[in-house]
Amino acid sequence: MQCPKCHAPMHTYNRNGVQIEQCSGCRGIFLDYGELESLTRLEAQWSQGAPPPPPAPQAYPAHPAPAWGAPHGGHGHHGHHRHKSFGHMLFSS
Amino acid sequence: MTATLLLQDLTARARATAHARSPACPCGAATLADRPDGTVVRHADTVAKAHPPDTDSTELTSRLTVAASHPGILLAPLVPTPVDLHGRLVTFWPYGAPVDPEAPDAAPWEAAAALLARLHRTPAPRALPAMRGPAKAARAVARLREAGPHPAAAPVRRAWGTLPAWARAGAPMPDTTTMCHGDLHLGQLVRHPAPEGPWLLIDVDDLGVGVPAWDLARPAAWYACGLLPPDDWGRFLAAYREAGGPAVPADGDPWPVLDVPARALTVQTAARAVVKAAAAGRPLDEVERSVVDACDRMAAVPPHS
Repeated sequence: MQCPKCHAPMHTYNRNGVQIEQCSGCRGIFLDYGELESLTRLEAQWSQGAPPPPPAPQAYPAHPAPAWGAPHGGHGHHGHHRHKSFGHMLFSS
Repeated sequence: MTATLLLQDLTARARATAHARSPACPCGAATLADRPDGTVVRHADTVAKAHPPDTDSTELTSRLTVAASHPGILLAPLVPTPVDLHGRLVTFWPYGAPVDPEAPDAAPWEAAAALLARLHRTPAPRALPAMRGPAKAARAVARLREAGPHPAAAPVRRAWGTLPAWARAGAPMPDTTTMCHGDLHLGQLVRHPAPEGPWLLIDVDDLGVGVPAWDLARPAAWYACGLLPPDDWGRFLAAYREAGGPAVPADGDPWPVLDVPARALTVQTAARAVVKAAAAGRPLDEVERSVVDACDRMAAVPPHS
């Protein structure tokens, strides 16, 4: 299916048995009927007896990215440790 | 002429120019960069640059004039026109302190963005040639073709094929009046006077009129490929907008404007990476793979324009 917001293709992911569609462009998430309730139920089970969970990450990131961008919204798989090769790329044409 | 002779004489010219500026020179010359397409030699507070062999003298002179007349944005040359040395054009510059390559996290994103915004808002002089960004991308893709078959070459060439002609240097750019740097990366910023002076842009070789989004597109491409943290990209973009930069709308999604240049620069980066890895006979590293992978995804979502 296509994202209703930016019209990029949406991909289906399975999170704890709940099907969610995420847009490859703006990273927005689409939930089918009843899926939000399923997620809430799962969350309640998860956090029973635990301290209150931190605020949920934004479904829509602060910075939009193009449809051809890296999966997971430009975060990269490199974390805080900057790859040496990227350090070099930052300084060359 | 041999490369050694050029380097020798360039070093001598740098020394002579440095000594003319400051007769009590402590001396000690260093080669900053020695590549087939350009050689940069430093002597104390003076830098001499031999430009690539195919550099056009008239075009370089008009680019030098821009640098000389906007000292708050670009580092000003010591000599207003290039001189000939063994058939190569040579220019002289004061030394500026670069971004520490070991500490790219301390990159001056805000300063870079503000300098670009000011450059883009500055009226271009008449007869300033076109910005050479698309031409450089086309050259990188041509070198990829010359390098022969490689498994990663196909997605890069496919992504290149989906770009509009202007982004492949096959047609004039849709903007022919905005002054652009043409090759922004972290090596193009220095503090002058070193080490604490204000940040300035250097390297006018690709400067000219064109699509200003090209100057934002390298950080944009790094961010899109998952290499540059979103916060760094956000700081750069916000600072550009705050400084009134005209390349992107003042708010909202900047990607409709950034998309084509960021694709072109991703293709350029991927093409250079594949050529380099092939020449060294090694596989692509993780970072190089991420730009090739981005090219692969581009074919599925061609640009709108």
